[in-house]
Amino acid sequence: MKQRNLWMWAMAFGLTLSFVGCGGSTSTPTKPETKPAASSDTKSADSAKASTTTPAAVPDKAAPQVSGGTIKIDGSSTVFPVSEAVAEEFQAATKIKVTVGISGTGGGFKKFVRGETDISNASRPILKEELEQAKTNGIEFIELPICFDALTIVVHPSNPMNEISTADLKKMWEPAAQEKVTKWKQINDAWPDEKLTLFGAGSDSGTFDYFTEAINGKSKASRGDFTASEDDNTLVQGVSGDKHSLGYIPFAYYEPNKAKLKALAVIDSSKKDAKPVGPAPENVLNGSYTPLSRPLFIYVNKKSADKPEVKQCVEFLLKNVADLATEVKYLPLPAQAYQMATERFAKRETGSVFGGVPEVGLTVEEILKRELKK
Amino acid sequence: MDLRKLVERRKLTDRLFAALGICCVLIALLTLVVLMGDLARQGLSRIDWQFMTSFPSRAAARAGILSAWVGSLMIMLVTVITAVPLGVAAGVYLEEYAPKNRLTTFIEINISNLAGVPSIVYGLMALGLFIYQLGMNRSTLAGGLTLACLILPIVIVATRESLRTIPSNIREAAFAIGASKWQVVSHHLLPYSAGGIATGVIIATSRALGETAPLITIGALTFIAFLPPPPVMSEPPFVSFQWLHDEFTVLPIQMFNWVSRPQPEFQVNAAAAGLVLVAMTLSLNGAAIWLRYRMRKRIKW
Repeated sequence: MKQRNLWMWAMAFGLTLSFVGCGGSTSTPTKPETKPAASSDTKSADSAKASTTTPAAVPDKAAPQVSGGTIKIDGSSTVFPVSEAVAEEFQAATKIKVTVGISGTGGGFKKFVRGETDISNASRPILKEELEQAKTNGIEFIELPICFDALTIVVHPSNPMNEISTADLKKMWEPAAQEKVTKWKQINDAWPDEKLTLFGAGSDSGTFDYFTEAINGKSKASRGDFTASEDDNTLVQGVSGDKHSLGYIPFAYYEPNKAKLKALAVIDSSKKDAKPVGPAPENVLNGSYTPLSRPLFIYVNKKSADKPEVKQCVEFLLKNVADLATEVKYLPLPAQAYQMATERFAKRETGSVFGGVPEVGLTVEEILKRELKK
Repeated sequence: MDLRKLVERRKLTDRLFAALGICCVLIALLTLVVLMGDLARQGLSRIDWQFMTSFPSRAAARAGILSAWVGSLMIMLVTVITAVPLGVAAGVYLEEYAPKNRLTTFIEINISNLAGVPSIVYGLMALGLFIYQLGMNRSTLAGGLTLACLILPIVIVATRESLRTIPSNIREAAFAIGASKWQVVSHHLLPYSAGGIATGVIIATSRALGETAPLITIGALTFIAFLPPPPVMSEPPFVSFQWLHDEFTVLPIQMFNWVSRPQPEFQVNAAAAGLVLVAMTLSLNGAAIWLRYRMRKRIKW
């Protein structure tokens, strides 16, 4: 409260100062600029070589003035709601400061491999180039799956369909379908002779990468003539406003819009005698909603993990993320998976099981059991 | 007879143009009213003390914009403190001191061009220069300096424009009684042009207040649930610059994040944050008008 009051005063002071500045006095207000620039140099150098200096903050007694003990999280906007929930609770419980950014999975990794962040959120595994950069910069990391997202195929509620096979989805979305497959009937004779309107994720999002990989077999290979948006709310609006539309959105966006959208059960054509499986939490948990359920990850910098506050934060996350993810409409992993992830973190096993090559349809057990490639 | 017809026709054209003009004004006004009305309808009821003094949260009802508006104000403070002295000095130099030759013409054209460069380009420039080259943190200081670069050309142009409106006989009179160039500038030109400069600065500031792209590029955060250390302390040395080095978020980024959330309650929060942002911009513009009025009143030529 005291801090807050001081801020109010500072703001009042600042406003007057800026008006005085406008009023024509040109020399006085420049003073603050020069000094801080020099000290910011030293500070960033400190955080880059965090391991050489002793960790400054003592978790329980972190004074409000100390900013050295801040845990920095950045990365995927898909994982953001989960991280935000964890950060909020962790900060409330321990008074350790946590910041979360949304640079996107790729942007987050760019900072992570430079050693700028402690934890990176990712909606896909780390890729080869990023792995190499991490190696050259001497960054080792621990890969931990934290929850699931189910890509949900949605149609207008008046659509009589209830299920769709991945083979049909491929006919709809593959690059060859561009400007050729424009009617429902072209995919399946049982479907009406109506115009097919498609809505999907924008090409910069991890959702797009995953969907194309899972359905078309190649990441980023998709037809281009559909309505694309990075903002999933736009897709929800689009599909709910067009009777003959189909789109794919993260499960978290389907859940609050159930009344406006209808989710289709998915038949995995790569399996024999596959049954239609709906995007329900239990189906994701038991691994039957394939290939469209995807794990979301955090990557922890190994050097950061040696700092007590980061260690505490990751342990807090693994312990509580199941509940917090459910609260923000994401799907938790099976309890056993958290157990395995906790062990991996405790042993500080570094590297990625994917070795830089994205894969779809892996169960979370496979992700945690497989050999880590460095 | 003919003359009367002619007059009639011209009067008709006159009235037609007036009607057209009113239509144009109405279109502009109505769009604004509808936009603001929609924003207010959605968000007004959400704005309360709790909203202004809470940090972001996963629960829409508990979430607030404290770190966002404090961040916005801090960034603006750095921006104004940097851009105003630099911009005004550059404007005065170009208008009063610089020799009129090809080089200055070249510089002038480029400054006008800079005012039209998309803001994301400034973000990329700042990322390369401030963060990677100079090794700054992704901090309030870096963010403020980025926006300062963004509004610098606007401040320069505004300064020059308002210096130009001062009649040249003022300068001549001052020179005639033996004033040096600096005396002319500091005793006469700057005080007379202060109103115009202040207007330009505040309009530039309100543009900077709504900027998102360059700040995202240099790494503004989205979830930040603590305030930076305050710049004034109760014990010596009383002033602290630590806040310059802390991470930050700003109102437009908080808004952007809420808009992209699935839960409809967050859309309400976004609208409310938008209203606060609009209120901040409007009060800045109001301040600009008031300042100009006050300063103009003092000038007696």
